[in-house]
Parts: sequence; C-alpha cells; structure tokens
Amino acid sequence: METKVPALSMRHITKRFGSKVVANKDVSLDIYSGEILALLGENGSGKTTLMNMLSGIYYPDEGQIYLKGEPVDISSPREAFDLGIGMIHQHFKLVDVLTAAENIVLGIENEGRLNMKKAAARINDICSRYGFEIDPSKKIYDMSVSEKQTVEIVKVLYRGANLLILDEPTAVLTPQESEKLFAVMRNMKKDGKSIIIITHKMQEVLSVSDRVAILRAGEYICDRITAQADTQELTDLMVGHSVTLNISRPEPVRPKDRILVKDLTVRDIEGIVKLDHVSFNARSGEILGIAGIAGSGQKELLEAIAGLQPIEEGTIEYVEDDGSRESLIGKDPTEIADMGVALSFVPEDRLGMGLVGNMNLADNMMLRSYRQGHSIFTNKKAPAELAEHVVDELEVNTPGIGTEVRKLSGGNVQKILVGREISSAPTVLLTAYAVRGLDINSSYTIYDLINKQKEKGVAVIYVGEDLDVLIELCDRILVLCAGKVSGIIDGRNAVKKKIGAMMTQTEEAPKGGSDE
Amino acid sequence: MFNIVTIIQRAVVQGIPLLFGSTGEIMTEKSGNLNLGTAGTMYVGAICGVIGGFFYENGAGASFNPVLGTIIPLLSAILGSLIMGLIYSFLTITLRANQNVTGLALTTFGIGIGNFFGGSLIKIVGADVPTIVLSKTSACFKAGIPFAGDLGWFGEIFLSYSWLAYLAIIIALLCGYILKRTRVGLHLRAVGESPATADAAGISVTKYKYIATCAGSVIAGLGGLYYIMDYASGVWSADAFGDRGWLAIALVIFTLWRPTTSIWASILFGGLYILHIFIPTGSNLAVKELYKMLPYVITIIVLVISSLRNKRENQPPASLGLPYFREDR
Repeated sequence: METKVPALSMRHITKRFGSKVVANKDVSLDIYSGEILALLGENGSGKTTLMNMLSGIYYPDEGQIYLKGEPVDISSPREAFDLGIGMIHQHFKLVDVLTAAENIVLGIENEGRLNMKKAAARINDICSRYGFEIDPSKKIYDMSVSEKQTVEIVKVLYRGANLLILDEPTAVLTPQESEKLFAVMRNMKKDGKSIIIITHKMQEVLSVSDRVAILRAGEYICDRITAQADTQELTDLMVGHSVTLNISRPEPVRPKDRILVKDLTVRDIEGIVKLDHVSFNARSGEILGIAGIAGSGQKELLEAIAGLQPIEEGTIEYVEDDGSRESLIGKDPTEIADMGVALSFVPEDRLGMGLVGNMNLADNMMLRSYRQGHSIFTNKKAPAELAEHVVDELEVNTPGIGTEVRKLSGGNVQKILVGREISSAPTVLLTAYAVRGLDINSSYTIYDLINKQKEKGVAVIYVGEDLDVLIELCDRILVLCAGKVSGIIDGRNAVKKKIGAMMTQTEEAPKGGSDE
Repeated sequence: MFNIVTIIQRAVVQGIPLLFGSTGEIMTEKSGNLNLGTAGTMYVGAICGVIGGFFYENGAGASFNPVLGTIIPLLSAILGSLIMGLIYSFLTITLRANQNVTGLALTTFGIGIGNFFGGSLIKIVGADVPTIVLSKTSACFKAGIPFAGDLGWFGEIFLSYSWLAYLAIIIALLCGYILKRTRVGLHLRAVGESPATADAAGISVTKYKYIATCAGSVIAGLGGLYYIMDYASGVWSADAFGDRGWLAIALVIFTLWRPTTSIWASILFGGLYILHIFIPTGSNLAVKELYKMLPYVITIIVLVISSLRNKRENQPPASLGLPYFREDR
C-alpha cells in the first residue's frame, strides 16, 4: 500500500472552534483511488468537521492537505470542486423550488444562457453509467428523501468529482434504498473514484467499505482493513473501552392492555388511505415494535394515538389501571398527553417536530411543562433542573443548558427530545426513529432508557428502521405494509427474513408468531 | 368625460414609477433581501435627479445642452439610489442587521433627505411657492416618439410616453429574462431560496446579494426620477411622491415576484390609484379615499389566493428577510 501515492492525504490537521473546543487534533488520514473508506466515530467525534475541511466549508487551523502528493489549499467549496472533491451533506443542500437539473448545474460557470437540454442529457448519461434513477425536470419539493440524495450525488459527479464524501447517507434511507446506494458506490469504486462514507451502522461499514478509519474525541485512533475487522473490535476502538453489544430484553412485568386500537382508518389530506383497518393492543410493561418500509403509515398511527390525526373510522381506547376504558378519539392532544401518553417522534430532519432550534435546552424543556405554571411569569427553575438532569443522565455533549438546540449535533438533539418525553413519566411512550443517526454507543443508551420505561410498567410503542434492533428489543412486532397490518409476531422467535417479506406483502397466509 | 383611452394613458404614466420600483424590489428580494427602504430609495433617486438638474439648468443658463441636461440628472439619480442600496447592503449583508428595521429606517431617512435638500434648493431660489421647477430638464426627460400624436388612439395608448417609460418596460423584460433563462438568474434565485446551498455550490452569496440589492435600488431610484421629471413635469414639492414606494412593494407580492407580470400589474395599480379622479364622487372626500385603498385591497386578496393555492413557485423566496452566515448551523 505504501508504494501507491494516496489520492488524498491529510497531515496533522487541527481545527478549533473558539478557544476551548478542539474538534480535530493532529489528524492524519489517507485515501486511495478505487477505495471506499468508512469513517467511524461517536457523535461529536469530529468526523463531519474533518470532512468539512476537505469540502472547503471550514479551514484547518494547522496541518496540510495533499492531493496526489501535491500540497493544496482548500479555502472554499468552489476550490474543493475544482480539485475534484465533492461532499454529500447530511442535511441536503438543495433548492426546493428548482428542478433536479437546475440544482445540479447550480454554481457551474460557463456560458451565461442556461441550456437545460444539454444538462439533462449529461445527467442522464451519468445516471446510466452508475445506475441512478432520476428525472432531471422533477422539482425537489416533489421528491422523496432518497431521490434528493441521488440528486446530491449526481451533482458532485456532474462536477467531475473523483473523491466523494458521504456524511451518514443511509440515516434517512430504507434498507432497500441503502442497498441501491451501495450498489452505486461499488460502481463508482470500479470507476476509480475514492469514496469516504461516514456511518454509524456497523453492518454497513462491514459490507460496503474496504478500510475503516476510527476517530475518537477528535483524534485519529487507527485504521483497519474491513475484511479483517468485526463489529465488537470496531465498537471498542470507537468508544475507547469495551462495550457489551447486547440489547437486554427483560420479561414483561404483569402485562395488561393499555391501548386498544380497532379498525383504525386514516386518510391524508389528499384522500389517500394511510392506515387501513388497523387493529392491535399495546400492553403495559411491554415494548411493541412497529416495522415497515418508511411511509407505510407509522407516522399516522402514532399521530392518531396522540390526537394529531383526524380519524375516519375505528376506535382507540385507553384502559385505566382499574380496567375502565376511555376513548381517545375526539380528545385534543393536550388532554391525551395529560392522560400520560407521550410522543417522541424523531423526523427525518430531526428538528422538525418537538424541539425549537432557536431556543436553548432549558426553554425546550419548558415547552412541555409551561401549562403547569399558575402565575403570569414562567418558572425557569424547574425546566433548567430537568435540562441539567437530562444532560447528565444521557451524557449530552453541550457547552451548557443555555445553548440553542440547533447548535448541537444531531445525536445530542435526539437525546434531549427523548429525554424530555421520558421525564414526563408517561404511561404510554410512543417513539419513532429514536436512534436515527445516533452512534452505536448513544443508541444503546436510548435502548436502555426505553427498557427502563418498560420495567416501570409503561406501554412502549417503538417504531424502528433497523430490523435487527427491533428483533432484539421488542416483545412483539407489528408489521405494517402500505397501511395494513400484515401480522403481529413474537419478538423472541422473530426471523428477520420473514419480517422483511411481511413488510412488502400484506397477504401473509398463516398469521406469524405465537401471539394472539 | 369617461374616456377609456385617456384612462389607460394616465394609468400607464402612473404605473411607470411603480414598475421601476417593483422591478427593483423584485430583483432585491430574489436575493433574499427584503428591502423596505424602497420608498426612501425612490425619494432619494428623485431628489438627486432634481439636485443634478437644478445645478446644471441654473449653471448652464442659455447654453443648456439637452444631452448633458439628461445625463447629469440621470447619473445623479443613479448615484443617489446606489448609495442607498450600498448602505442597506452593508448593514444587512456585511453587518447582518435586521432587514425590516434597516429598511424602515432607510425609508424614513430617504424621505427626510428628499425634503431637506428640496427645502434647501427652494431656499437658494428664494421662491414664494415651496416648489422647484426644472422645465428645461423636464423637457429632456419628456422627449418621446415624435409622430405619436398623428396615430389617434393607438398612438396615445402605446406611443405617447417618454423614453424613460419604455426603458422601464425594457428593464422589466430584461430582468424577467435574466431570472428565468440565464445562469446568473439561476444563481440569484438559489441565493434567495437557500444561501447555504448556493454557498456550498461555490456561488458567492455576498456578491450576489450586494449586486442584486444595489441594482434593484438603482432601478427603483429611476422610478423616482421618472416621477419628478416626467409625471410632475420637473416640479419638486415636499412629500409629493406620496405612498408610491409602498405600492411598489405591494406590487412585488401581487406579481408573485415576476418582473414581466409587473408590467401590466403596475399599469393596473396605476389605474386603480387614480380611479377616483375619473369616478364622480362629488364632494365626498371619504369615498375618494376608499377608492385609493383599492390597490392594497387587491394585494391582500392576491395574497390570500396565492396562499390558499399553496403552490411552491408562488411563495416568496424561502430565505427572504434572513441574514446568512456560513458558519451558522
């Protein structure tokens, strides 16, 4: 390997923010042509910052970057493009009202008059070469997340990038979409391009990368050839100490029906059926997992229970400890929340629901509790204490509780959201995508939190993307397919393949599992 | 009395300052800058034109040269409104001051500047009436198409205007073309929609914002110049310009940020603005005032309709009014 000149190398890179925060310290890294390098590290370990210095967003305080052995200076995104470096950010940088093609040619200086036909032809050319599917004249706001990501990747290829950096590309994709992306990445690799991928999902690291580089607390730890590495070793290196990678699944404590859903049907604004006669029960002291391809009705289901969705048909009942039943339909979200139903939904953009980016940690805590105040002035003390508590408990990486939420990294934002919902001592906890984009260590903290709630007798409904986690964590798994329940199976005897099949077809001949 | 040809002709004359103002404001807003200082900028454009014209007309005396008599006020107006644009840009882009506050301050400032220097000129002349008359300069700006009068109603509706009026339409068409068909326009739209995206694509957000805002201010300033030199026949008096600046900003919303739409829309607004003159209202001034409200009422209706339809293309630029700083998250 040492005989080859790396396509790009970083030498002794240091980046500080302000006087105290050191995001990267003396990092040296190489990437070769035709190689997929996975960059691994916990949330806040400086992966994105390091990559931003390659893409020209940040400028290193110390150190030097070499391209094919030549020292280069990357002080703006344009210079990065000119050097053939393209980054696909976690938050897509696309203009919604423009078409795919317009977004792709954005910022390229050649003739003044726009020739969209020529651009579209070149885009189609790139697509067929690497196996993308994209409609150049489609507007971004009409696109799914995965389509938007495709546009981002085509955008950098259109500029002739030889080094592609993908920052957590699969965090927002379904397993099928991820597979497609990996196929494309392998095509690009064959074409001699270098790819750096930041991801938290260990299976992905192992399946797609050639080499893994590990960062911890802003420092470069080591690299490993993927073929010779395993999940346990990589996790230990990343966290810095040995980690147990088992999700515990305590036996349910005296499970009793808590939420009864019968024949629930929900339509969206356009009249499309999102939930089609869904029936199930959620029990106290038990985790009910919900599996399904993104957009199969998971969001609508949780929102219907929380009182945020108009319901067309069916019943949702809350069962009190003494067995009396109360219908949740027709109650407003506040009343439902007061009954002890807490919803923590982590949307694709993370900040969309539940937290206000421009408000600080303490104030975001107050969003849940301000109604408890009785004077005209807000009580800032209790929320501040709660914020301190959540920060301590979940090891949130923040300068203080006075920091605005939008300044935190994605994983930390999520911890705050989940932590706040749990702190309201609910009897029913609805969570969706709670570990979306979180590193493995933080994910396990969240699983622990959810398990603790279960042990307290809370009925947990957990909407997840990762089937392995669902199988390990949940007592029962409800599989949704296009708004219909294709089966409820026992988590203890669940098989991944079977759930995957149920996710794509509703007519499951024998009802799976031993449940019901 | 109710002569449709006359009404159209008057509506166009009324509409041209609005067309300049709205075209300028559209270009500014497309870069994400909400410049509420447009009204002040138009005032400054007007007074600077008056100052330039005043000193040349009085200095040259009998040897008045029509070419210089055009160029000097024109350049003065451009310079004045450019400075207004630069002040706004420096405050909001470089210093990231609040755009609404800055714009409103500049409007107050521009009107004050206009009235102050207008008053100073009146003092220099020592006239009995509080106005300045620049008849020779005005004649240069009123120059139009010579044979228009021979063509009957056609000539009156289409050809009877001064060259600045045609310039306004050309600028509007040109701006529409730039926004829709050119790379510069695409980049400008991207800057206004999502500066972070534009920045990541290697577009200089600061440069685009500065240029669009300053160019927009200059275009708006020409509206002030047109008003004084053509519409008002070179007569300056304090506050005569009225609320036309605000009408221009309302037009931006009415046209859904399209300069080409603004061509007919500003004529419509011009017509509505003077409708009360043509409709016999008797001595009841209150009714006149109700008629004057029409342009604003229509703007609100358009806002309601375009919000209801909720089409993304009809919404204001997404980052309108927001400052941009690269290292912000």
